[in-house]
Amino acid sequence: MQQISKEKFQIVGVKATDAERISKPSLSFWKDVSIRFRKNKLAMFGIVLLIILIFMAIFGPYMTKFDYSTNDLMNTNKPPSSTHWFGTDDLGRDMFARTWQGARISLFIGVAAAIVDFIIGVTWGGIAGFKGGRVDEIMMRIADILYGVPYLLLVILLMVVLGANLTTMIIAMTITGWINMSRIVRGEVLSLKNQEYVLAARTLGANVTRIMGRHLIPNAMGSILVTMTLTIPSAIFTEAFLSFLGLGLTPPLASWGTMASDGLASLQYYPWRLFFPAILIALTIFAFNVIGDGLRDALDPRLRNKG
Amino acid sequence: MVKYISKRLLYMIVSLLLIITATFFLMRIAPGNPFTSEKKLPPEIEASLNEHYGLDKPWYVQYGDYLGRIVQWDFGPSFKYESRTVNDLINDGFPVSLALGLEAILFAVAVGIVLGVIAALRHNKWQDYTAMIVAVFGISVPSFIMATFLQYLFAIKLGLFPVARWETFSHTVLPALALGATPMAFIARLTRSSMLEVLSNDYIKTAKAKGLSRGAMIMKHTIRNALLPVVSYMGPLAAGIITGSFIIEKIFGIPGLGSHFVLSISNRDYTVIMGVTVFYSILLLVSILLVDIAYGLIDPRIKLAGGKKGE
Repeated sequence: MQQISKEKFQIVGVKATDAERISKPSLSFWKDVSIRFRKNKLAMFGIVLLIILIFMAIFGPYMTKFDYSTNDLMNTNKPPSSTHWFGTDDLGRDMFARTWQGARISLFIGVAAAIVDFIIGVTWGGIAGFKGGRVDEIMMRIADILYGVPYLLLVILLMVVLGANLTTMIIAMTITGWINMSRIVRGEVLSLKNQEYVLAARTLGANVTRIMGRHLIPNAMGSILVTMTLTIPSAIFTEAFLSFLGLGLTPPLASWGTMASDGLASLQYYPWRLFFPAILIALTIFAFNVIGDGLRDALDPRLRNKG
Repeated sequence: MVKYISKRLLYMIVSLLLIITATFFLMRIAPGNPFTSEKKLPPEIEASLNEHYGLDKPWYVQYGDYLGRIVQWDFGPSFKYESRTVNDLINDGFPVSLALGLEAILFAVAVGIVLGVIAALRHNKWQDYTAMIVAVFGISVPSFIMATFLQYLFAIKLGLFPVARWETFSHTVLPALALGATPMAFIARLTRSSMLEVLSNDYIKTAKAKGLSRGAMIMKHTIRNALLPVVSYMGPLAAGIITGSFIIEKIFGIPGLGSHFVLSISNRDYTVIMGVTVFYSILLLVSILLVDIAYGLIDPRIKLAGGKKGE
């Protein structure tokens, strides 16, 4: 081993303050989450996809000169061309306009179901978790029993009886859909309510509503957000599923589900009538799923690689 | 164990009672009476029909009768097809649906576990990424789109499999693939994540340190522990297979209970909808209970005694 003489070393000096300095700018929790989220390529791809889908849902119907509900019996079942970009259906309606009109309805159903689940689930789970004891016991037993009721069967039953329109569809989907959300919120509230800052807020005289709204729900927002992101694709799926059973929205209203279901009948001759709505359903569900997964990983890095 | 099972059984019965009650009252408020869609009936005939089906009695008597019949495994008549009962439909269609469902479950479990194990053993290598991309697609593409795509490609365009019907084994391949694709993807993800967790345990290091071969280590120490979450997924899997079969059977023209159910929905045959819903609910709740009990038997760490309420 070669000898290294002492002259080769030089004292550059060290300050105690430098050693203690924080080199990284301090980050809030959500900034940290967003940095982790942006590193996830698949999730970012999902975001880009979703932005395109929402953009097209808003502006798509205006991009073509055709209206989504106007029949044109001279031009039925035309394949995609320069005039009708996605072709036409059996009544000569322009598929491009219909597809993006359908996007509005499918996305609306997904988001509305997620919001209703959020409102009921957070209230129910929040009260159960915060009150605890007997109240919690009773509220969660009710949730357990409802949870045992098979979801899709109940939805089908309700749609048969109530008849299909947007309101009944959202009611049917959320009547037991909120239970999952309420369980998650209850769990979060149970673990958070004994933290010191809640005690501090109570000592300062904050009432239940304030503690819930300002302290508990914002801290549980991570898991709530993930659950909501994953509710949307399942609602879009349920809508399409109901359409296939003939329980979907009635014409001239179009959703991706009803369009795909109509297209199925003529798959052999006019495959584009099924393919456009079907691909969009799959892309949307894909986008929300990868965003939800990415969000879960970003919120809790320890959970990465789990499911 | 006995206490746990009896508690679960009680919940199951309450849930079941809830869905039976819900179907009963929902069907009562459903628009029109069972005979309105036919041509206008003379009042005498309608009255005697009502009497025949017990519809002239007050609702609480009807409700009691209905519950009593279900206890005796009688799901009632069909109002649209005079000579048929829901029990006929079940006896007719359920064996077919069961065969299709089992084939799909077999496919989902076998392929899902293999994909998941490969992905975990080749963590962050191309095999892992490929398996997970397959899984994400399996979850994102709804079964009915998968079914039509498979039908279009392999049956109509390439002619490798029959387009529809239910006769030979080759008729069953495409429907089973379509029905099993989504659960397969879930199982692959589940297996992968629990394999990764198990692989990071100390006893795996011990096994390696004492010189166990890779194969023995994987078979004896890893997979057996990693498959527990997959067992617990069997309950939701059963639900997915049952509801999935409605559409798959319709698309492939399979004469199972699912397609009878779909037909009764489009005919608004209320008593059949009601009976089949109750039958499916019983089936589902019982299978979920069985899965939970099996889970407790397989995993000795889970105490089913349930004396204290678990948090």
